[in-house]
Amino acid sequence: MLIDYLPILMLALFAVLFAAINLALTHILGPKRPTRAKLSVYESGVRPVGDARQRFTIRFDLIAMLFIIFDIEVVFLYPWAVVFKKFSAESGLFILVEMLVFIGILLLGYIYAWKKGGLSWD
Amino acid sequence: MEFTLKTLIFYGFALLTVASGIVVVTVRNIVHAAFSLMVTLFGVAGLYVFLQADFLAATQVIVYVGGILVLILFGVMMTSGRLEMRIHIERGQLLLGAVVAIALLMLLLAVIANTPQWKNVADDGTQLQPTTESIGTLILNGQFLLPFEVVSVLLLVALIGAALISRKEVRE
Repeated sequence: MLIDYLPILMLALFAVLFAAINLALTHILGPKRPTRAKLSVYESGVRPVGDARQRFTIRFDLIAMLFIIFDIEVVFLYPWAVVFKKFSAESGLFILVEMLVFIGILLLGYIYAWKKGGLSWD
Repeated sequence: MEFTLKTLIFYGFALLTVASGIVVVTVRNIVHAAFSLMVTLFGVAGLYVFLQADFLAATQVIVYVGGILVLILFGVMMTSGRLEMRIHIERGQLLLGAVVAIALLMLLLAVIANTPQWKNVADDGTQLQPTTESIGTLILNGQFLLPFEVVSVLLLVALIGAALISRKEVRE
């Protein structure tokens, strides 16, 4: 039912408004007396070295892909888990194997990435 | 048509989607475009909710907003090195893009007009069943079993591709 989504909508609205109002208030109310030290990049008290805007290594691509792929796997697990009980009486083993094949194929890719050294950081 | 709070919220989401979509294609800063795309994808998730496609809406937020967008930002970080990279569009590309977009719009309108179930259906407040269970049933009872397993092969290909690309740099 559509009305069930109202709390989610309100939560999203409050989150956006809270962030927006706080940012606006500090911008309006906060006194601005900039000094050199205040304007420098905050690096946990350490003097900043170099530029933060540099090219990142392509290895993060694998991390992002791993995230998305197992994200999608979980999305597929969800409807499977919802109906598992309904099917389990007549064909429980079959649908269990079905999902294991799905996970197994993805696991193959994970092992490949692992063995290729994609996960080690040297 | 009766103008209720529901209609107001729907038009709010529609406006959010279209406005942020326009920002995506017009803004020069590629990171601003990516963040605007996040708003667009959220708006589309809201529209899915109005279509009572609850599973699709949740998937949209989890996969697109949570995953694909991160990948796009990673793509910017890994290629340009400068987040404030500007986009330059040639006039020919602009024209080509407009032609493709209009053709796609025409195709979608034709499909909508020629699908009998979709023709002039007013929202009469019918409550559909939550979709997660029927999706699960369709996957498990064999009808979409093969596509489901093929999806894992497709994801495997993407994973191996990513592994190969990130290996390449190590050898260099």
